[in-house]
Amino acid sequence: MKILVGYKRVVDYNVRIQVKPDGTGVVTDGVKLSANPFDDIALEEALRLRERGVAEEVVVVGIGPADLTAHLRNGLAMGANRAIHVVTPEAVQPLTAARVFLKLVEKEQPGLVILGKQAIDDDANQTGQMLAALWDRPQATFASKLEIADGKATVTREVDAGLEVIEAELPAVVTTDLRLNEPRFIKLPDIMKAKSKPIDTIEFAALGVEAHDHLRTTRYAAPPKRSRGVMVKDAAELVAMLRQKGLL
Amino acid sequence: MSERETMEYDVVVVGAGPAGLSFAIRLKQLKPDVGVCVIEKASTIGAQILSGAVIEPQPLDALLPGWRDNPPPICVPATEDEFWLLTRTGGRKLPVPPGMNNHGNFIVSLGAMCAWLAPQAEALGVDVFPGFAAADNIYDERGAVAGVRIGDMGVAKDGSHKPGYTQGIDIRAKVTVLAEGARGSLTKQLVKRFQLDKDSDPQGYSIGIKELWQVPAGRVQPGKIVHSFGWPADSRTYGGSFLYHLDKDRIALGYVSGLDYTDPNYQPWEAFQQWKNHPSVKPLLEGGSILSAGARAIVTGGWQSLPKVEMPGALLIGDTAGLLNVPKVKGTHQAIRSGMLAAEHLAASGLDPAGFDAKLRGSEVMAELKKVRNIKPGFKKGLWWGMLNAAWETATGGASPWTLKNKADWSSLHKLGECEEPRRDYVQRELPPRDRLAGVYFAATEHDEDQPVHLHVADTSICVTRCAEEYGNPCTRFCPASVYEIVQDDAGKRLQINAANCVHCKTCDIKDPYQIIDWVPPEGGSGPNYQNL
Repeated sequence: MKILVGYKRVVDYNVRIQVKPDGTGVVTDGVKLSANPFDDIALEEALRLRERGVAEEVVVVGIGPADLTAHLRNGLAMGANRAIHVVTPEAVQPLTAARVFLKLVEKEQPGLVILGKQAIDDDANQTGQMLAALWDRPQATFASKLEIADGKATVTREVDAGLEVIEAELPAVVTTDLRLNEPRFIKLPDIMKAKSKPIDTIEFAALGVEAHDHLRTTRYAAPPKRSRGVMVKDAAELVAMLRQKGLL
Repeated sequence: MSERETMEYDVVVVGAGPAGLSFAIRLKQLKPDVGVCVIEKASTIGAQILSGAVIEPQPLDALLPGWRDNPPPICVPATEDEFWLLTRTGGRKLPVPPGMNNHGNFIVSLGAMCAWLAPQAEALGVDVFPGFAAADNIYDERGAVAGVRIGDMGVAKDGSHKPGYTQGIDIRAKVTVLAEGARGSLTKQLVKRFQLDKDSDPQGYSIGIKELWQVPAGRVQPGKIVHSFGWPADSRTYGGSFLYHLDKDRIALGYVSGLDYTDPNYQPWEAFQQWKNHPSVKPLLEGGSILSAGARAIVTGGWQSLPKVEMPGALLIGDTAGLLNVPKVKGTHQAIRSGMLAAEHLAASGLDPAGFDAKLRGSEVMAELKKVRNIKPGFKKGLWWGMLNAAWETATGGASPWTLKNKADWSSLHKLGECEEPRRDYVQRELPPRDRLAGVYFAATEHDEDQPVHLHVADTSICVTRCAEEYGNPCTRFCPASVYEIVQDDAGKRLQINAANCVHCKTCDIKDPYQIIDWVPPEGGSGPNYQNL
């Protein structure tokens, strides 16, 4: 079985996000970029399935500008067999991403597609679901445990009421939750090995995917700042202040 | 346990700063077939580089002749220099000392510049590995340096192996080039092992604390460079500020305190915050926001403190050797030059470090340091004597027949009550950050909490007994990130080390008066994530 893994590059989770002064986006110059953490989990799960003999090949997919290659090399260093780079200078919205994956699914014929449940930049949480719908295959989202046997995926999902276990016929789309696994560390020799692994480059335009953006971002703004607190001497003063503000 | 994996290179470079990257680029330019790798503890290149920084471009011209057509992302030509002696409420503009004349220089972000240099090294075939910390030196059977050992990943706080445990590999190389920056942890071991400092004075350091601000439009004059001394430092403490106007309404600013300060109650971070409230600075910042912040020790010992920079199998370049020029407040040009010189030496010697020490000492790098060797140590006698001495040394071009001595910074602290505490003419601060914890937030520092503490304190029983009595635990004050805290719990008082806050500045390793703190690299990729510092 072949597994296709979405591998998006985002602003690193440690970075303090700053909105551009003109409100047109967030600052990405000089900012550390790394793999979407849920995508790292997706890749780790695919690699474990391959190590268990369930899958033979793991392919990481990235959609982005020309310099995305270095990011995909990290996925290869982690252990993916090869990478597909869909080249587009613009960030794509979830529906476009799902359409790109559909084209790649048609070409690659994977038994399983594992995506992060959401990317930590736009937090859309849509691509996996949209891909399943377009592909007309089952979806199992927010997986915290995944087992593959007899052409079926058994997926444990964390839901509000507890744990839900569902079965999905393969091929299917699985999206990963935080507790599915802990991604491995990359080893130095594997970075060297990754240099000789293949990256297929496909121009976005060559895929024949409709690139219409259905969503328009009007403005970015930082959350309002908390105003400064006031120190009070004692409970009486606190009560007086609260009264004064009409809170008591 | 399986046998440790090994990778072989001709040359391994520790540290992807200006020295290490320039070295790697130059060596590949001269000898394209030599295998070179650069390892870097930061998760991404430049994320743990912090500098002013105004740079002299000549060494960069020599290294990358076309660089001006493809400059680093932050690169603002210097326009005007100002030099101020501050008082609490005002100050006096002084003539700009010759070393601080920045005509022809550029204001850069050294972090961004390194991130710009790294791909150029890679294009020449250098393997650059961010996120991997060199934990130890390795030696061959003759005792020569034979490479470095990468730190293990996935070790729990108690030393046990977590599920993702990954053993660090050995990188074996004919030559190991230490380019770790000031007070490198591997360099520290090598200096001791090979007695590299037996013929030199002890090394000296300062701590620089920096913030990058985004300020309201219309206040910035791109290219303007302002240095000051005086307030908030007392006349016995060596301290001064820098304030550089960048483009896009950004200002880089910081405050440098000599770590030879004597008052155990001195707080370098507080001095920086005080200075920001000076009437010449505060109006520039008010209403703005901090983009990034951090701290780093600076090497200031200069000519007389330079250790031997070669040993069997290894050599030292840049600030880990100690090449910063204090009166110029610049080290990048020296780092680049020494890196290039080391590459040229190795290319000519068939990768033999022997002879590099003599080569460096005979070069313009050391000639530059020799001229200014007496300026910084002169300030040990106080501000006014230091200024007179600096004027003399500058006028004579360092021709004095004497060389003033450096003392180790850890030995300079007075004990509590031993001397009168200097009067600190401090103000009520109004600009953010409120305290060090609020400040460290802007360093975006990240350490997995479940890993061994990377600040080794050899004997913590001293902390609440002897040190509390003699010095009042200065670690709780000199650390710019509130790593050290004395806490009280059921068992009594004890030292608590908040290692996750650490910004890798190395001040504790330098200034601790008992020399029992050993800074070692944490898990690779841990530490601050500076943006454009």
